[in-house]
This record gives sequence, structure tokens and C-alpha cells, in this order.
Amino acid sequence: MHATNDNLAVYCRGVTKTYGSNGNRVTALRGIDLEVSAGELMMLVGPSGCGKTTLISVLAGILDHDEGECRVFGMNFQAMRSRERTKRRGETIGFVFQSFNLLPTLTTAENVAVPMLINGVSRSKALVKANELLDQVGLGDRDKSLPSELSGGQQQRVAIARSLVHDPKLIVCDEPTSALDHETGHRVMEMLKDVALKQDRALIIVTHDARIFSFADRIAKMDDGRIVKFMEGEDELSDLKSAAMLTGAHAQGAGS
Amino acid sequence: MNFVALKMLMGDKLKYIALVAGISFAALLITQQASIFNGFALQIGAWIRDTAVADLWVMDDQVEFENDFKPMSDTALQRVRGIDGVKWAVPMYKNYLRVRLPDGTMVLSRVVGLDDATLAGGPPEITSGQLSDLRADRAVFINEAQAKDTLRLKRGESRPLRVGDRISINDNDAIVAGTYRASREFFWDPVIYTTYSRAVAWAPKMRRVLMYVLVKVQDGADIQAVQQRIREKTGLAVLTNREFDKQSTRELLSRTGILINFGITIILGFVIGLLVAGQTFYTFVLDNLKLFGTLKAMGASNGTVMRMMCIQVVLVGLIGYGIGLGAASLTGMSFHKAGLAFHMDWQIPVVGGIAVLACCLVAGVLGMVRVVRLEPAIVFKS
Repeated sequence: MHATNDNLAVYCRGVTKTYGSNGNRVTALRGIDLEVSAGELMMLVGPSGCGKTTLISVLAGILDHDEGECRVFGMNFQAMRSRERTKRRGETIGFVFQSFNLLPTLTTAENVAVPMLINGVSRSKALVKANELLDQVGLGDRDKSLPSELSGGQQQRVAIARSLVHDPKLIVCDEPTSALDHETGHRVMEMLKDVALKQDRALIIVTHDARIFSFADRIAKMDDGRIVKFMEGEDELSDLKSAAMLTGAHAQGAGS
Repeated sequence: MNFVALKMLMGDKLKYIALVAGISFAALLITQQASIFNGFALQIGAWIRDTAVADLWVMDDQVEFENDFKPMSDTALQRVRGIDGVKWAVPMYKNYLRVRLPDGTMVLSRVVGLDDATLAGGPPEITSGQLSDLRADRAVFINEAQAKDTLRLKRGESRPLRVGDRISINDNDAIVAGTYRASREFFWDPVIYTTYSRAVAWAPKMRRVLMYVLVKVQDGADIQAVQQRIREKTGLAVLTNREFDKQSTRELLSRTGILINFGITIILGFVIGLLVAGQTFYTFVLDNLKLFGTLKAMGASNGTVMRMMCIQVVLVGLIGYGIGLGAASLTGMSFHKAGLAFHMDWQIPVVGGIAVLACCLVAGVLGMVRVVRLEPAIVFKS
């Protein structure tokens, strides 16, 4: 699947990012060109430290890049003032984290409702929507549970519901299955693709987990701050999966 | 997001309890010690306020507080009476005399001699007999609370000193003719009332015996103007009730070190509150840093996060302050009968509340700065 101007979710040209200064400079992104279309599930793969996490941080508008252009559904977060950027990010982006990042003292329904509350929706309306999302991810009966009362897979499903509750256009997921066993990870990905992916929404997933490569529409393989290859189609994805399995790349790894 | 802030705070029960306990302890120290200090300060001027029948006190200009007995020449009374604007002026004696109780116990007491004709400046409330009974031969009035305490007979039969008992004042025979009730004083020595002439007769022989002249200003006359005239014409110190009260209080608080001691304790309470609240809240913030980062990544502005944190610190501040204030009040009530000098004016809870709130906000600022500076990209760091 290739992006066209009409349905472009993410557009990046020549994006660079360097951390530190003077002698401690580390270049994380070295001219990234990336297009993701709406309705597409794109995975970013590559070894630890190759820049995957930095790239989704830039795409999600939580990290400034140094050079180049980056737009999400036509919006240039970096050009916005801080207040507007925060507001737009809250409306546009959904997040799924490796370690779920659920608030431990809130119930699952309350956790799911948080993005709506941030966007100014009343608590009662947000909870109604949160319960709908919990139903969709199969946790409708656990709305009153605390995160500590759920399994890892269930917590990630709550996190997915939270990432969707405010109907964002782009969902960024950082290693969504790396804390889960194979079967649970597979179920979570099935659910994520089933519930989250729509024609007007894109998913970008950073992962080391070769077992979920088959869920991707396209995979961008990164190395040393660059996208070295785009892969799509059954054959290419299958080859990559085999190679990754052989080199043990499905092991959990730190983000860059 | 307010309920999220509250649930984040209260969900971490240990830190929540530590925060509330720290603030409570600080509030307890601040309000309790301030109230006891206030109680002492009020006790110092209690006798002056109880004796406030006149407008002005005339005394030797070296007198620094109410128990600093420095007699004047007896002619001072006549000189004061001759000044324009003075309605009446009466003498008053007050000094320490040695009192022997019926069982032989010696008690150093303050004997107050009231003007024989008017008995002006007597105790505020007579509880047994009438003030005019003081005119009876050798009559004295004693404080009913002190009769059960410092004037209590302890040798042989243990009982309060009572009306009809014979005591000896400077080896002069005296009879308890009545009792009175007065405000509790800072000094614990008994105060015994009798007439001026009798007190002077019982006192050690001295050329000067007049301690105070109580002055009532004529109706419509300017008290300050009369005060100034008396001062100019006699060279004596002339103070209003309020001035005498404040001067005595100020002098005694500084001489006894009460001001410094209580001041240190109150400041200590503030510092303890600040340290405990600051340290605990900062730890709470550090523990939740990733969650605050998550909220920021999901679109919570710095303003929203700061409001959440303000709600958290203000809530623990209010709850802690309420508990501390309640405990301080309970202390005051519990030890009231034991004579604890505890007086909580409305200013103490107000100022204490402001101090505790300031303590919480200062404690919260460290955490807020940390969260405001937090890059939301932290959420992707494992």
C-alpha cells in the first residue's frame, strides 16, 4: 500500500534529530523520509538504538526534530505554539506503551476515560464512552477493576481502549506486545487491528517482535537513524520474519 | 481531571498518610504553641484587665511591668488629684508580703491594698461575702482558686483556706472575710486584697509605700490630654489600661525568654511541616513521573498538570491542617482544668492555616517544577 496525497496520514521528509551537544552528540535520525497513509498499519523495526522510538516521538509531537519536515494529517506539530500543540496532540494521537502506563489507582474505565477528560469532556460522558470501548476490547465486565487486578494482556487491552476512546487519527504503539507472551501478544494485535484500524486512521507500531510482523501492511526497517528498506507483501514480510527469528530479534529490547 | 488528581494522591495510601501526618504535626505544633504563647501573654496582663475600673494608672517611671513594685512618694496622690480633667484618683498598694497560714505554712503573697473609702480596683467577681466586708477589722479577701491550691492547708488537716480562717500577714493578724474569682495570672503567688491603710500598716516600714494611683478622667475629657498633663506635672509614668497591659506583657515575654522559646517551636513546626511535606510530595512526584509524562503526552497541558498537583497539595494541606488544629484544640480543652495557658484567638487558626498552606505550596513547587520541565517523550523510555 502506497500513500497518495489524498489520504496521507504521515508525511516526513529529511527529518533529523540529534541528542546532546558538542562532544556528546548522538544522532538518532539521519534524514527520515516516510509516508503512511490513512487506513495503514505501519511497523517500524530494527535493532536497539536505530531511532525507532525517536521517530514515533517526533511523529506524535512529543519531541522536536532538528531539520526536515514532518506532518501528521497535514498538521505540523513543531510549527505550533506549545499550548496548541498539546491540545492538537491530545485530540489527534492515541498512545499504546510497552509497559501500559495505566494509572494504578484508577479503575479500568477511569483509565480509558482519561484522554477524553484531558480533552475537556465531562466525566460522565467520558465514562460512558470508556465502557463502550472496554466492551469492544472484551473487558466490559472489568470496568471497576484496578489495573493490578488484571493480567498483562488485559492491561494492554485497556491501554488500547484508552488510545482509541477519543477517536484519534494516528495511533502510535511502542512495543505493544513485548511484555506479553506469544499467544496474548497475538490476540492483542488481532484486536488492535480489528478495533483500531479504520479508513481514516493510521497505526504506527514500533516493535522488535517478529511474531507480529504479519499484522503489518508495511514494515519500515531502520538502522542507524535511517529507514533502510520498506517491505510489503506476504513474501517480503515472511522473509523478514524468518530472518528476525533466526537472529533472535523478537526478544524484548530497549527502545532507542 | 480533578478526580484523577485526587485518586492518584489517595491511592498511594502510605505516602498520603505520611503527607497528612507531616502536615498535621506541623499544624499541631504551630497552632498549639501559638495558642499557649497567646495564653501566657494574656495571663500576664490579667490582673491589670481585672482591675480596669479607672482610665489611667500612675506609677513610678521605673516600673516596667505589673509586678515590678517601685513605690512613689505619698504626695503623688494629691498632686494627681489637683490636675485638670481628673474626676477621681485613689491610691493602691501592691507588694509581696509574707503570709502564714493557720497550719503554719509560709506563702509569699501579693497583698493589694484598696482605697479605704471607695475600695476602687477590687477583684472582678466576689464569690463569698461582699467587697464592703473588707472594711471589717483585719479583713482580707482571697482568690477561691488559690485557696484550694497555693493557699491550701497542707500540714495536718489538708483543706482549702476558707472564710473565717485566721492568717498572719507580716506577723499581723488577718481574717479571711470573703473570696473572689479572677482571671488566671501568669504569676502563681496568691493575691490577697485588703484596704490600703491596713496593707500599708502591715508592710515593712518604708518612706514610700504608694504603688499606684488609679485615675478616672472626667466625663468628656480627653484621656490622652489628661494623661499628658499628669505626666508633665508629676514626672511619673502614666499609662492607660491597654498600655500598662502591653508594656507588662512585652517586658515579661522578653525577660523570661517565652517569646524566643515559643517562636523557635513555632518556626520548628513550620520547618518540620515543610521538610516532611516537601520530601514526601517530591517522592510522590518522582514515583509518578512517568504517569505525569503519560498525561502530558496524551495532551494534558502544564497548566492542567499543575492544577492537579495544586489540588493534591492543597487537599493534604487542608486535611492535615484540620487534624492538627483539631488536635491542638483537643489539647487545650483536655488540659484546661490542669491550668494550661491555652487561648486560641481567631487569628491563630487563620495565620496557622496560611502558614500551613504556604508550607504545602512551597513543598509542592519542587515537584511542580520537575513535572513542568518533564519532556513527555519520557513515556517511551523503558
